[in-house]
Amino acid sequence: MNALSIRNLKKTYRNGFEALKGIDLEVEAGDFFALLGPNGAGKSTAIGIVSSLVNATAGSVNIFGHDLQTDRAKAKSCIGLVPQEINFNQFDTVKNILLNQAGYYGLPRKIALPRTEYCLKQMDLWDKRNSVSRRLSGGMKRRVMIARAMVHAPKLLILDEPTAGVDIEIRRSMWQMMREVNQQGTTIILTTHYLEEAESLCRNIAIIDQGQIVEHSDMASLLARLNVDHFILDLAEPLNTVPVLAGCSIEKINDKSLNVAVPKQVGLNQLFSQLTQQHIQVISMKNKSNRLEQLFLDLIDAKAAGAKQ
Amino acid sequence: MNFSIALKTIVGKEIYRFIRIWPQTLLPPAITTTLYFLIFGKLIGNRIGSIHSASYMDYIVPGIILMSVISHSYANVVSSFYSTKFQRNIEELLVAPVPNWVILGGYVGGGIVRGIAVGAVVAAISLLFTTMTIHSLLITGSIALMTATLFALAGFINAILAESFDDISIIPNFVLTPLSYLGGVFYSVEMLPDLWQHLSMGNPILYMINAFRYGMIGVSDVDIQLAFLITSGFIVLLTVFALFLLHRGSGIKN
Repeated sequence: MNALSIRNLKKTYRNGFEALKGIDLEVEAGDFFALLGPNGAGKSTAIGIVSSLVNATAGSVNIFGHDLQTDRAKAKSCIGLVPQEINFNQFDTVKNILLNQAGYYGLPRKIALPRTEYCLKQMDLWDKRNSVSRRLSGGMKRRVMIARAMVHAPKLLILDEPTAGVDIEIRRSMWQMMREVNQQGTTIILTTHYLEEAESLCRNIAIIDQGQIVEHSDMASLLARLNVDHFILDLAEPLNTVPVLAGCSIEKINDKSLNVAVPKQVGLNQLFSQLTQQHIQVISMKNKSNRLEQLFLDLIDAKAAGAKQ
Repeated sequence: MNFSIALKTIVGKEIYRFIRIWPQTLLPPAITTTLYFLIFGKLIGNRIGSIHSASYMDYIVPGIILMSVISHSYANVVSSFYSTKFQRNIEELLVAPVPNWVILGGYVGGGIVRGIAVGAVVAAISLLFTTMTIHSLLITGSIALMTATLFALAGFINAILAESFDDISIIPNFVLTPLSYLGGVFYSVEMLPDLWQHLSMGNPILYMINAFRYGMIGVSDVDIQLAFLITSGFIVLLTVFALFLLHRGSGIKN
């Protein structure tokens, strides 16, 4: 069964802006799915419609077999949403935020209390349960939002840029939590601007641009399409001239750094054997950009070029 | 899906909110009405004498109680729902499987409880100045409840349509307060010139205050059945309008 099926979803705002131009999307149950796109591409509108925060102009949304228009309560009860911006009552305690959320989903108190305890412990927030939420750090507030979204045990968790603005340590611990939640059977849809996050966590991906889905596939086959990897090489000795390496294009960043584009058919062994032959000693190397980021930019650029023609 | 739990959650949250900030919600009306009773009832009232064979103090007590019910049932919903919109935690309710009537019922329920609670505080303070009589408990209770419901609904609609904090103070300051004062809280409309008497009959608050006064001391300037009819009519009208706004997502959805 699909966790989410979107058919011909359209949204035109009152000012005439067409945010979604009839998108179709399928997310399988149990998936960890990335929905990516540049700012203003339409991903927040799509998520807004799925989570009932935005009214659609046309199209249908089906959540675990329940139509969002005709079977609204059942469809909505399957969803947990972690929005981009902090939107809980900042004057309430952490525990009350979760208990109220459980109440909105019809959970009786005797179930809501242990669920609240479980979710707060999972997010490492149990010690803060009686703290007023506005006094929490930014990272803790983000975790409260995830705990709140999970309190009614949703089958589909939608995370709209959940790690925006949090430091790398908290981000990585949140990744771990998200993986665990997904492994426990919850379908996750993630939007993020950190493409290494999507690459690391998600199995399937859709890229949306200018209100249309421009890519919808699994992560592995998408990454396999990347023909050229870009590397930065740090050299032991300075170079006066740019070396010539067969099959690769090279750009000098400074005397001791090179930017090398290596096609898949050349490979790293051939690159290093050529460097060794020319007595160029490499101290370290790193990817110039995240692989998914490169693909993402290629797809968006291709779309923009197509639009110009 | 059990919607009664969601309804109880919203009402409980609203009650907890106004109790938590009682110095802002319950204390000010106690002080203001004490001053009303002292200045209008005791100092000025003694010179006015009686109206409809009731002492001036006894005459103004029902009006002051109901005026407090009106302003606080309205204020509770308008400030709470607008803050919910402003902080965007309205999204919690929109994402959850909570029907619109439960959202409306929850906030209005909270407004009714605050209105009645403040009314009870004011009534208790009036006991320091006069003895309370109840002519008809049914009329007193039902008109108080209906008035609180009506103004909680009005507060909800104001909050939905408001786009700034200024917008939630315009109606209370420029509409509610004048209509309450001109609704016969401190006087009988029979004391007014003919033209003003006729104009006053177009003020719905006049009917509620007089019905409540009738319930307490058995005196009224208007027909009680008409007062119930007008109040019920407005409740139905505002309920339908509030549900329409929620259904459309006006002011709360993108």
